[in-house]
Amino acid sequence: MSQELYTNLAIFVLSLLVGFEVMSKIPSTLQTPMMSGANAIHGVVVVGAFVIAAEASNWYFYVLAFLAAFFAAVNVAGGYTVTDRMLGMFNRPKKQPNSADKGGNK
Amino acid sequence: MSMLKTIASLIYLLSAVCYVIGVHMMRSPKTARKGNLLSGLGMAMAVVMILVEIIAKGTITTIGWAVLFAGLLIGILYGVIKARKVPMTDVPQLVSLFNAVGGGAAATIGIFDYTNEAVGTSLSLAFSIPVLLDIIIGGITFSGSLIATGKLSGHVSGKPIAFPGDKLLNGIAVFAIIIAGVWMIGFPSAYWPMILALCASLIFGLLMTLPIGGADMPVVVSLLNAFTGLAVAFAGFVIDNQVLIIAGALVGAAGTILTLQMAEAMNRSVANIIAGGFGGGESSTGGAGDDVPVNVKKTSPDDVGMQLAYAHNVMIVPGYGLAAAQAQHEVAELAKLLTDADINVNYAIHPVAGRMPGHMNVLLADVNVPYDQMKQLDEANSMFENTDISLVIGANDVTNPLAREKGNAISGMPILDVDKSKSVVVIKRSMSTGYAGVQNPLFSEDQTSMMFADAKKGLQEIIAATKGYLE
Repeated sequence: MSQELYTNLAIFVLSLLVGFEVMSKIPSTLQTPMMSGANAIHGVVVVGAFVIAAEASNWYFYVLAFLAAFFAAVNVAGGYTVTDRMLGMFNRPKKQPNSADKGGNK
Repeated sequence: MSMLKTIASLIYLLSAVCYVIGVHMMRSPKTARKGNLLSGLGMAMAVVMILVEIIAKGTITTIGWAVLFAGLLIGILYGVIKARKVPMTDVPQLVSLFNAVGGGAAATIGIFDYTNEAVGTSLSLAFSIPVLLDIIIGGITFSGSLIATGKLSGHVSGKPIAFPGDKLLNGIAVFAIIIAGVWMIGFPSAYWPMILALCASLIFGLLMTLPIGGADMPVVVSLLNAFTGLAVAFAGFVIDNQVLIIAGALVGAAGTILTLQMAEAMNRSVANIIAGGFGGGESSTGGAGDDVPVNVKKTSPDDVGMQLAYAHNVMIVPGYGLAAAQAQHEVAELAKLLTDADINVNYAIHPVAGRMPGHMNVLLADVNVPYDQMKQLDEANSMFENTDISLVIGANDVTNPLAREKGNAISGMPILDVDKSKSVVVIKRSMSTGYAGVQNPLFSEDQTSMMFADAKKGLQEIIAATKGYLE
């Protein structure tokens, strides 16, 4: 086994363990946003789209590079946006009590 | 290592650290949003770095730039618009769609590199095994997630789809994947094994998802999410980029845990769900005659309105039916009406209420339900004894007291102790069983009355009636 493969394999296995550990106790409230957030993270595949676009040299490869870029961009851009939207709802300020208080003081 | 390579490696490492810390922060509602932003920041760093790297490398052609940016631009526009506009009830299918394209991208990268390197050369196992796994797993998640998206959005029937010979076809697909795998590793100099591997994986993904009922889809989406993570990690092996390996493996592991948690909350095993054919789908309407327990009391919206108007403590128990009928606005309106009349209103939220764990919280937060009114399982269960009326809306299995007994399909599943409250009103379309296919004795208990209606319509009628009694 080459040094390079060994390094990658070690990184892979240790990252799996980190994933198990970091994820083990999730309140159910946050499981859907968490799934969506994890979904956005695998949008990192967009880096791979850059790499293959840099190597493409004929129409067949251009088509593949385009597809990969499109797919990955949808994944990463959509993933982060929808996760942020979901999480934004949890810390929305409570408007009514505040405005009622202010109105009462005046 | 050249200077640039060193900087790039460090930036990728930093970006991976952002993902891990980001995921960690997402475990608490207070820091969750920042965690997601941190993970997004890591992503931005990785993208900028790869951009610098390919500019420095200088091999990319003009057309290469054009296709890259065209793909990115269209993808970003499509993704962001979809994500901004989607109603919160449709989030599960959108996540599944984003997951499908992620798998598609990983598979495409595998296809690219295989065809780029496999022509006329013999490949090392260090290349051919990851590329094979990348294409196979990416292909399975691509077609599987698309079917899951279709099932969740109703474009594909949510009922388990089975046809004669499907098991045989499944077997053939698996066999073809194995053949293609051996072929790709042993004789990696032609396109055909790669094409076979791709087609067989797409078919396998399709066949794997079709027989699974709509109510189980969240677990499947979560499982496929984990698969995509692995596909991305293998794509990282293929192009030798560590940030893909780290992020992919992280998602693969995290997604697996999430899948197990969801399945556990539903008292199902993942193997069971994948095998499909459990019960008869989530809304089996057939055979209503033998399904109806003898002693159910029917009630009217007017009656429910009166009960609510004179109650002190009300507990709302929302379920899948509420999400499916998109009745969250109505439920929030009713709750506000009652709260304004000094009636205590809380929501008892089962871990798997809605379409995904936590989905109900998102739906309710979307319609401005205060976070402190949403009670999780244990807290809710400690409150039922002092509850005057529990309003069960489109929930069934999660309230079934049979779960406390042994020897049935839902034994041992954690449930909401709705039957301990003084009175129970169940709003449900029919007497059909939940997707576990088990009768719910709660419905025929003395304190329970049933209101047969669509959640949305029924709630509108109750709101009108309640207003009358509160004035």
